[in-house]
Amino acid sequence: MIEFSRVTVTYPDAVRPVLSDVSLTIEEGELCLVAGPTGAGKSTLLGAINGLVPHFTGGRLSGRVVVGGFDTSLHPPRELSSVVGVVGQDPLSGFVTDTVEEELAYAMEQLAVPPDVMRKRVEETLDLLGVAELRNRPLRTLSGGQQQRVAIGSVLTAHPAVVVLDEPTSALDPTAAEDVLAAITRLVHDLGTTVIVAEHRMERVAQYADRVLYLPGDGSVRSGPPAEIFETSSIAPPIAELGRLAGWSPLPLSVRDARRVAGPLRSRLQKLSVVDRSLSVTGSALDVRGVVVRYGDVLAVRGVDLRVGPGEVVALMGRNGSGKSSLLWAVQGSGPRSAGKVDVGGADPASLKPRVARRRVGLVPQTPADLLYLDSVDAECAQADTESQVPAGTARDLLDRLAPGIAGEAHPGDLSEGQRLALVLAVQLASAPPVVLLDEPTRGLDYHAKRRFAATLRELASQGHAVVLATHDVEFVATVASRVVVMAEGEVVADGPTKEVVVASPAFAPQVAKILAPERWLTVDEVAEALA
Amino acid sequence: MRSRALHPGAWWAWALALAVAASRTTNPLLLGLIIAVAGFVVANRRSDAPWALAFRLYIYVGALIVASRVLFRILIGGEDGGHVLFTLPRIPLAAGLSLFGPASAEELLAGFYDGLRLATMVVCVGAANALANPKRLLKAVPGALYEVGTAVTVALTVAPQLVESVQRVRRARRLRAGRTRGLRAVKGIVVPVLEDAMDRSLRLAAAMDSRGYGRRAYLGTRLRVLIASCVLAGLVGVCVGVYGVLDGTSSWLGVPLLAAGLVVAVVGFVLGGRRVRRTAYRPDPWRWPETLVVAAGAGACALLFVTARIDPDRLFPSLSPLRWPEVSWVHALSVLVAALPAFVSPPVPEVAR
Repeated sequence: MIEFSRVTVTYPDAVRPVLSDVSLTIEEGELCLVAGPTGAGKSTLLGAINGLVPHFTGGRLSGRVVVGGFDTSLHPPRELSSVVGVVGQDPLSGFVTDTVEEELAYAMEQLAVPPDVMRKRVEETLDLLGVAELRNRPLRTLSGGQQQRVAIGSVLTAHPAVVVLDEPTSALDPTAAEDVLAAITRLVHDLGTTVIVAEHRMERVAQYADRVLYLPGDGSVRSGPPAEIFETSSIAPPIAELGRLAGWSPLPLSVRDARRVAGPLRSRLQKLSVVDRSLSVTGSALDVRGVVVRYGDVLAVRGVDLRVGPGEVVALMGRNGSGKSSLLWAVQGSGPRSAGKVDVGGADPASLKPRVARRRVGLVPQTPADLLYLDSVDAECAQADTESQVPAGTARDLLDRLAPGIAGEAHPGDLSEGQRLALVLAVQLASAPPVVLLDEPTRGLDYHAKRRFAATLRELASQGHAVVLATHDVEFVATVASRVVVMAEGEVVADGPTKEVVVASPAFAPQVAKILAPERWLTVDEVAEALA
Repeated sequence: MRSRALHPGAWWAWALALAVAASRTTNPLLLGLIIAVAGFVVANRRSDAPWALAFRLYIYVGALIVASRVLFRILIGGEDGGHVLFTLPRIPLAAGLSLFGPASAEELLAGFYDGLRLATMVVCVGAANALANPKRLLKAVPGALYEVGTAVTVALTVAPQLVESVQRVRRARRLRAGRTRGLRAVKGIVVPVLEDAMDRSLRLAAAMDSRGYGRRAYLGTRLRVLIASCVLAGLVGVCVGVYGVLDGTSSWLGVPLLAAGLVVAVVGFVLGGRRVRRTAYRPDPWRWPETLVVAAGAGACALLFVTARIDPDRLFPSLSPLRWPEVSWVHALSVLVAALPAFVSPPVPEVAR
């Protein structure tokens, strides 16, 4: 279906090619996972499939890419739209119209599909993706999972033989991600569509994949069955890492398969003790009482109490729209708060001037780039020092500890997601606030970057900072959080040590916990430490 | 009657007819009646979509027009004669011109009548904007204008996102203890917002490209030139023709030129439409309520034109001698015909939430 022969892609001003001499074949009806660290060329590989690379992005592509019999060098993306459907990372920014039904019809209108056929296909697609009841809804009012499903539907109506998805579930909570993945597997199994997915959270997709294209970062691509690739790849889902540790062969990729071979490991671990991470907290760094946030008629947060001690890392989990972000902003004092009290070291940050509040509570927003506006990393760091009234060089020192080796003259816009997050973190931590709040910090980070970031958070905690992070990333929570607070509809529904809250929950349990239940192990590192 | 959205073209035809009617009178009572009719229909038939809430804005703009017309008469008026209401010190300027001076009732009323006429026309356009979904209207544009239509649609989608982006960044500015107001804050807000908008529009362009936007049939250069000149010449003809009709003094500039311009433009659009190979999903139907709405607007306008001969003095109330404006029943009834759409058009569907 898709054939790359000796493909090399070089962008202008790049030192070396992003992809070099790549040859691979993807058969019809395969579900193919594209994996690799950030910046290894995953997006370039996906873009090359429908000709966006190089027709839209620029750069030079040598070799041949043939999709469904069309050579992409001869056909621009718009002519391939009936063969390849592309769904981007952020569905909202790819929407052209404003209601669900019109969006589904858009691609067909461009292809001049007759009106009666269009009508029929829209109805079929609404049912296929389970969005029929949303047909007249404005796209902006949909939840993230619904938007993603509509985006998939909007390319499906053109009946493409290939569907390409770039990080389809990275912004979604675990349940919404399941819905989207169910829709994707349905395409493969019921319609025989060839699907290519790039995903940082491989644990979500690995078990469904027929093939993995692994990009180690040197421009090459390794193609093979998942169990074989994850045997040796430097990044792998936790289930594969556990399998490698335990020496299972072939590597299991679903929780079910892993549990079937995990019996001996479970009985071995029974005799060992789990490292206890819950700590006895003295004092409180942050005390939140009865906080209510109201937007018009909507109650986003309904009377939340939360007390966080110094040295604690608390994960705030829950569906999209359950009030996590609103709570963080209300606690920091920059967001609206209708009622309730917040106490940070004896003062309410909302009543302080921003300059003073910043020294008590630091918040890293969901889109960290919002905080950056100067044209070099050094300028940002210097500005952060003046803002925080600390000696020059403080922010830069912090940055070097968080992510060493970022050039001072680099433009913040050119940094990778992980580097940009580190920069914003350095800017916000320059004033050494005792309370650090993070909103969805792991979006777009690969496993390596997440591991470094987790180490950073643990270091902050050990220095006595209280850290609260809102996130959907269950694996990250398992590695870093000492306590988990689950929110639903603006209320706290569970609050306790990570192990107690997470192991029992079907949505929030990490893979290792699911495999080793009823034993309370959360991460591969814990298991490795106990076995060693 | 089943609730559905009326064809946006019908609303525009109705509103423009009403605006043309407004252009034929300076009688403030009649103009007030036209504004009332437009407001009544809007109140009865608008949806709760964002563009529908803009009607109030047009009312404000109208008020501003009236106020500025009157103020300008005070500022540069100052001709002697008439009933002087008050006198401001005259400031002589070069070339025999001067500012201020005595302000007469005739002068101010002339400014008021004139301003009100323009304001009424603006309110009529506002009514069309409030009633018709701009995106549905763009779907109905001829193929040759398709690209312009798409650009406007995208702009309409991006504008609210831009507002959201500004709010988000301003909130984030506070986190860095940066200023959120004033000139010095502009860089801190504009740079991230523009970067965000740039990224977003690139992603949108990529999405549109990969979904087939811009596929078209090939046409020869000569045909393309012909199409462009037909459309341009036709539109110029229409503009001059409309001016002639509204002006009402010259004969050949009016209806004949308007008709000729329309024909040439339509030929251009039909030829140009051949370049675009696309189909429309569920286009708005044109049924009898659409025809009735257009008939109501055009009827009111035509009645006013016809009855103008019967009682012309009451359409343009006299300023010298100064006289209280009067409305004849014929004119009032003509305008009231335009209120029919409030009853004959289908009710607006509830937006599903």
